[in-house]
Amino acid sequence: MEPINIVKSVYAPLDRKNVDTDQIISKEFLKRIERTGFGQFVFYHWRFNENGQPNEDFVLNKPAYSGAEILVAQDNFGCGSSREHAPWAILDYGFRVVIAPSFADIFHNNCFKNGILPIRLTEAECDELLAKGIEQAQEIEVNLEAQTVTTGYGKTYTFNIDPYYKKMLLNGWDEISLTFQYEDHIKAYEEKRLVFE
Amino acid sequence: MGKNIIEKIWEQHVVYREEGKPDLLYIDLHLIHEVTSPQAFEGLRLAGRQVRRTDLCFATMDHNVPTKNLPTINDPIAKKQITTLADNAKEFGIQLADIGHPDQGIVHVIGPELGLTQPGKTIVCGDSHTSTHGAFGALAFGIGTSEVEHVMSTQTLWQTKPPTMEIRVNGQLGVGVAAKDIILAIIAKWGIGVGTGHIVEYTGEAIRALSMEERMTVCNMSVEAGAKAGLISPDEKTVEFLRGRRFAPQKQFDEAAEYWLSLTSDADCAYDVVLEIDAAEIEPIVTWGTNPAMGVGVSKTVPTKTDYDNEADRGALEKALQYMDLKEGQKITDIEIQHVFIGSCTNSRISDLRTAAEIVRGQKLAPGVQGIVVPGSWSTKRAAEEEGLHQIFLDAGFEWRESGCSACLGMNEDVIPSGERCASTSNRNFEGRQGAGARTHLVSPAMAAAAAIHGRFVDVREFAKQQA
Ligand code: SF4
Repeated sequence: MEPINIVKSVYAPLDRKNVDTDQIISKEFLKRIERTGFGQFVFYHWRFNENGQPNEDFVLNKPAYSGAEILVAQDNFGCGSSREHAPWAILDYGFRVVIAPSFADIFHNNCFKNGILPIRLTEAECDELLAKGIEQAQEIEVNLEAQTVTTGYGKTYTFNIDPYYKKMLLNGWDEISLTFQYEDHIKAYEEKRLVFE
Repeated sequence: MGKNIIEKIWEQHVVYREEGKPDLLYIDLHLIHEVTSPQAFEGLRLAGRQVRRTDLCFATMDHNVPTKNLPTINDPIAKKQITTLADNAKEFGIQLADIGHPDQGIVHVIGPELGLTQPGKTIVCGDSHTSTHGAFGALAFGIGTSEVEHVMSTQTLWQTKPPTMEIRVNGQLGVGVAAKDIILAIIAKWGIGVGTGHIVEYTGEAIRALSMEERMTVCNMSVEAGAKAGLISPDEKTVEFLRGRRFAPQKQFDEAAEYWLSLTSDADCAYDVVLEIDAAEIEPIVTWGTNPAMGVGVSKTVPTKTDYDNEADRGALEKALQYMDLKEGQKITDIEIQHVFIGSCTNSRISDLRTAAEIVRGQKLAPGVQGIVVPGSWSTKRAAEEEGLHQIFLDAGFEWRESGCSACLGMNEDVIPSGERCASTSNRNFEGRQGAGARTHLVSPAMAAAAAIHGRFVDVREFAKQQA
């Protein structure tokens, strides 16, 4: 996994609540058996009209937001199905950071495992980011080490993050190899584990 | 102070604990299906890793298996996923209930059926409705593919202990009101975010009165309430359900049962949050919108903007009604449907099929309505056929299919056409869930069956009276 620390980029304001994983990556695109290549399908039914033409009104299709590595949305981002294709698609499209007032649990966990930084800001802070970003595309700087989001309009927001996940993201660690270091504990547990025949 | 069942199971499974880190939890059962596993196997192969405990894994095919004309699989990509799982199971030595195998079925239906699901176990699957297994007093939750790979390699997961929530359902359900209505009512009352970040235990008289299959329906939709998991403390019903099942303990069954019952939440335990609802106030629910909280009692009407006190909710209402092609204030019983889907891990078990068949018996599908019944597993299908339920559905004009997820998510050919409306016993009514542009109304099996006969929603409580 690629380490994350500072991400400085224009952000895409997605002014919606309850963005579910079906919307992030629609089920007709789940049939690949690889992890990559999902970015082209992200938010497909919002990005494209029924005739397959790009929907010019959708934020990701506006040139001002192209190349955004940060996505800002409303409450309960990533709810619905547990498909990890959703974070894969988001990452593959080019996002490294998602900011929202709250995330669905599974999605939130999946972000860390795939090198995406999910940031919880307050609703007021997200509303402000969304309003400013919709008014005019602008850059922000996310600093994981410092746990800050510095805006171009003179405000700096701070966020909390589990120290364990922070370390993982900062170092780009693969969780499985970390867990292998606990093999002795796992073995010991298995020896005393309750099993009924 | 005593402990609740969530705390008891959690503590039992901690392999390693350190300040400032999530706990390393042991996983007792890992269920695997074709959609969320290929990338995990790919990861193992790339890293040269093995599956640590093949004896604690069980795989099946459900999400995109065809439910008719087997064994032909027309969709080449679905076929690829299916053969990939078969190859992976073989390569890594994992038990598989393949297409055509007598144990095949929706993963959350076969786990309990085979007795793999047991109280006190930690159970994971790369599927959000893994919460279903909580009905047995297991700590069961959905995981993503990276976690699937992590469990395969280490049989553990790093997990931060979530806060606990009790949802107490007091009193008794009215006649014609189903387990599905309990959970839809809970979500309608408190919203799809109510359980976010929590593990929920369902308690109270109305929950204790439910059969095991009904409990599965309630726990299944915990995730629609935002919860990580939902469970119900085991009791004698749990024990009796498991007795004699193939993967349940045999020689030591009594010891196991004693242990299971000891997991039940202590009378003096506490939860971080407690919510209460009165079963008597619950009526059969129909969802009118595009998330599972957008539901009302069948005797009611679609909400109007004046029902909401903020712009965001009013906006969500407008968007949902536009997608659903419904009007504010429209009567639920005036909504006409063209499709009925009886199936999914929420409601495709034998008792669901019996309930629906009882309503359908001797009747015909309303003109213009298409109905499919998709049993949750082969074994459910066989049991239903032994009772003659399939004939009741066939006589009424339903199609009787092979088991799988089917129109619950429309990954196979079972999709609802754009702009058409489906009364569905599944668990999700998101935009496009059952097919691009399809409009889903979530209901109980009885409500779906009654809608099939009438071509629109009817109050099953009335229907039952008329038939009597
Ligand atoms: S029946 Fe539906 S909800 Fe259940 S596992 Fe299959 S797709 Fe998921």
